[in-house]
Amino acid sequence: MIRLLTEPFDPGVELNAFSAGRTVTGAVASFLGIARGEAGQPVALELEAYPGFTEQAIAAFVETAIDRFGLQDAAVIHRIGPIAPGEPIVLVLTASPHRREAFQACDYLMDYLKSRAPFWKKEHGPDGAARWVEPTGRDLSDIARWG
Amino acid sequence: MARVLLFGRLRDIAGWRERDFAPAERMSALKALIRAADARLADAIEGPGVQAAVDKALARGDVALAPNAEVAFLPAMSGG
Repeated sequence: MIRLLTEPFDPGVELNAFSAGRTVTGAVASFLGIARGEAGQPVALELEAYPGFTEQAIAAFVETAIDRFGLQDAAVIHRIGPIAPGEPIVLVLTASPHRREAFQACDYLMDYLKSRAPFWKKEHGPDGAARWVEPTGRDLSDIARWG
Repeated sequence: MARVLLFGRLRDIAGWRERDFAPAERMSALKALIRAADARLADAIEGPGVQAAVDKALARGDVALAPNAEVAFLPAMSGG
């Protein structure tokens, strides 16, 4: 399940809904990304997507994660539009019979989202200056780990 | 007519997000139209890390464009 949301979401509600009714799933792993203010300075974020294209691209990658790690299910919830510091930006949820695959798939999906998913992220600094954020060297080496 | 969509820094360079261009049979012809309108934008589109999507599918090289194609130019992506 892929959802792009323009409003804040409640990660607890999403985790409960994703986990509910699973009787053959031994493990649900989750990753929650939160908008961070740099060095104590609040920085507003703005995320842009390409409606239709972004959901398709993420869904295709989620399918590869499901195959690669033998998941039972996976979900990605991602904010778009303006996001205030402290608000959740992204929630990745994975379900599998055993924990290792659920953890790994969560990590894999986040590495993809950081450097390959069709989002464009603008940071508005406290001085009013804005800059487009591109994947860092760390983001690129993280995704390269998966071959 | 070809509808061009710009994302991220490309939109800031151009000052617009979506614009209709005259019909173009191929990507190269559309890029020539963009260059005639805004050379700085054309340079940015040719720059490293910029991908193109035609009708919401990634497209490489000088692909043919259907009438009324939607062509998006996508700079380096970053989510999360």
